[in-house]
Amino acid sequence: MLFACAALSVAITAAIVWVLVSESWMFFSQIPLVTFLTDTQWTPVFTNARYGILPLLTATLWAAGIAMAVATPLGLVLSIYLSEFAGPRVREILKPILEMLAAVPTVVFGYFALLFLTPLAKQFIPGLSGFNLLVPGFVLGIMILPYVVTISEDAMRAVPMTLREGAFALGMSRWRTAFSVVIPGAFSGVTAAYLLAFSRAVGETMIVAIAAGQNPNLTGDPREGAATITAYIVQMSLGDLPHGTLAYSTIFATGLVLFVITLGFNVLGFVLRRKFREAY
Amino acid sequence: MSDSMNAPHPIRDTSGDQTMTQAPATETPVRAQVRDLKFWYGKFQALNGVSMPIYDRKVTAIIGPSGCGKSTLLRCFNRIHDLYPGSRYNGEINLAPEGVNLVDKGIDPILVRLLVGMVFQKPNPFPKSIFENVAAGLYVRGIRNRTEVEGRVEEALTQAALWNEVKDRLSKPAFELSGGQQQRLCIARALAPKPKLLLLDEPTSALDPIATAKIEELMDSLVKDVTILIVTHNLSQAARISKYTAFMHMGDLIEFAETEQLFTNPAVSRTQDYVTGRFG
Amino acid sequence: MADHPSEKRIVAKAKVQDLSFSILGIIVLFFAMAMLATLIGDLLADGLGRISKQFLTDFPSRRPSEAGILSAWVGTTLVMFVTALLAIPLGVGAGLYLEEYAPRNWLSDLIEINVSNLAGVPSIIYGLLALGFFVYGLGMGQTILVGGMVLALLILPIVIVATREAVRAVPSGLRESAYGIGCNRWQVVWQYVLPSARPGILTGAIVGLSRAIGETAPIITIGALTFIAFLPPSPIQASPPFVNADWLTSPFTVMPIQMFNWTSRPQAGFHENAAATGVLLLGMTLIMNGFAIYLRYRLRRGLRS
Repeated sequence: MLFACAALSVAITAAIVWVLVSESWMFFSQIPLVTFLTDTQWTPVFTNARYGILPLLTATLWAAGIAMAVATPLGLVLSIYLSEFAGPRVREILKPILEMLAAVPTVVFGYFALLFLTPLAKQFIPGLSGFNLLVPGFVLGIMILPYVVTISEDAMRAVPMTLREGAFALGMSRWRTAFSVVIPGAFSGVTAAYLLAFSRAVGETMIVAIAAGQNPNLTGDPREGAATITAYIVQMSLGDLPHGTLAYSTIFATGLVLFVITLGFNVLGFVLRRKFREAY
Repeated sequence: MSDSMNAPHPIRDTSGDQTMTQAPATETPVRAQVRDLKFWYGKFQALNGVSMPIYDRKVTAIIGPSGCGKSTLLRCFNRIHDLYPGSRYNGEINLAPEGVNLVDKGIDPILVRLLVGMVFQKPNPFPKSIFENVAAGLYVRGIRNRTEVEGRVEEALTQAALWNEVKDRLSKPAFELSGGQQQRLCIARALAPKPKLLLLDEPTSALDPIATAKIEELMDSLVKDVTILIVTHNLSQAARISKYTAFMHMGDLIEFAETEQLFTNPAVSRTQDYVTGRFG
Repeated sequence: MADHPSEKRIVAKAKVQDLSFSILGIIVLFFAMAMLATLIGDLLADGLGRISKQFLTDFPSRRPSEAGILSAWVGTTLVMFVTALLAIPLGVGAGLYLEEYAPRNWLSDLIEINVSNLAGVPSIIYGLLALGFFVYGLGMGQTILVGGMVLALLILPIVIVATREAVRAVPSGLRESAYGIGCNRWQVVWQYVLPSARPGILTGAIVGLSRAIGETAPIITIGALTFIAFLPPSPIQASPPFVNADWLTSPFTVMPIQMFNWTSRPQAGFHENAAATGVLLLGMTLIMNGFAIYLRYRLRRGLRS
């Protein structure tokens, strides 16, 4: 019976794959894969419908990329600070605060991005639209920060104390110990943290659905709004979506793309993490 | 017991109260003088006023049962205790002729570690190449000139009797070496910056007999250039390699003498009991 | 000392390095904390004034000042009830199996890899699963039951991981002494291991539920209506059998959906409502997380002493 509970998790994965593939079957039987991957417009509900995922994909990557640009340096500094500099008491106070940040519902982050940060940022960034990729990308970065910090700090703390002692015994400062011994030692674990965080940023929905707008837009300018894959799925779900139509199957086709991307990064992150654990 | 060994020895040193400290036959310069050194881990006092000389370019061994404070004493010499909160020193370890009290609060632990090298129980090579491991201590000291670094790496590896084994694979990760080679690499790493004092904390306890024999041999040749202080729980090792031996018990230095003297004709009965295997 | 001028410089440089990095670390920390504080402050400033008895007891409305979140908080409560009822037993069961029973073979390995990958699947994908499988595949419709099920699947990995960690932390001495007095495996697990792992499991369950409370995307995807001006049938009734299950098949809305809906309206009045909902939502998740952190803190202190 307990085995059934455990096997359920495998069944869930199987069901996800089955649903995504079977429901997008109709889509891929009508739209050639090449068109789907190379067409530069995504207008499935127009009379002259076009089905190129590039606008959704680029918007997704813009938002996740901006998030990583925010979370990578901040996360690195914070995790090094927590694992190598802060005393146990400071750590005991700060980690719960980070967990609180991680607990904020994403819809609240979306509200914050759209109605507080965007109007504020407009005063400093000329040409920023009401819906844009910059601000939600930034808020995404804040959202994944606790996640990055927790995993990379765990990895750094798993580096044996004897290695640190060896570094300090050579007269290294904490800073140099962190950069020349701890980070190389925790490299695969820290990399895993960033892969997993990137996957999370790619899959995050509400922040971008609220603050980046729902208009598919192939753009090189993050000051403009553009719908991400997740925002598109939300937008279509909000409307009346008759089961079995081509429009209905588009959300599964885009969902499949999203699933493949996040799965790829997750598996890579998982393998790296496991390799890292085995090393120590 | 032969005459030649114990005849000319004056029995008491001025610094010894409960400690039996016997001065050497010929006047060997003192490299460091420990005076009434006390050490606390939080509230627990681990060293109760230890006094002993460390003679220049000789091997001094510290022996005693587990928990006697021998490693604690050794780790005072490079202030590695400072990494952990709650450590407190009192007393002196005077380095001569520099005239620096290593455990003085006003002396930065980094300065101490620039003067004193250390090798640990378990080999702890950094997650880097063989070359970078040995060069790490040089970089800390601001030595970056390529020719100079290469020269000193070769010199240190030669001193550590490792050069011939690794000269063709200096850029390979240090983890690929065997345990014994890793430990010799750690010795080379400690030697490269030319420390005034080399501390060895049970350096062979994790190694097989062949690797142990190699390191013992190595110490014989090293001691021509550098003063060595070694902690060992292996009495025959202490007898084989050291010129002087300190016997510790429960945080006290019970007896300090020339090694032969201490093993064959100890002045204190507890030493006698320990070296003959009656306790410990 | 004067003998080592260059060493002095090295030490000084090292101290400057360490000090600058500490300052940088503190700045980043304050930045992260300031973001959290600004977010909370902004929500409170916008929404606190709207929270009143009327707000909690009214249905959504076209006029912002008359709108309330009655159907949303009732919906959230009922959905969470279903989620907890499903996720906790299933998650604990799976966790116990993996930790106590699973043989070391490729199947256990597969399950393990699978659980950690499920934790990384975007929540909206769970929504698509529920839409394709529960709503249309099984014809269950957009009901409280489906909402509770999809959120249960979503937090299952969290409960499984928490259970495994809690079970692993049970001292092996306890297990051995239980076997020593002649207990069989079933008795050991249910009478000894599970009770002492309970605080850890509870922590995981609370963290999982607090995540589920704030989840919006999967509920939107299953097509839960956002304008619900009625309550599901009451689970409790005056006549025997006193409870009924009709509410499980009722359409519903939840608080994050209501907040999302109001946020996307152009009128400022609705934004106030969104902020007020956000305050309540944030309050609930932070209290739940705070409680989980407190539990864990106590647990760790208990283990130490």
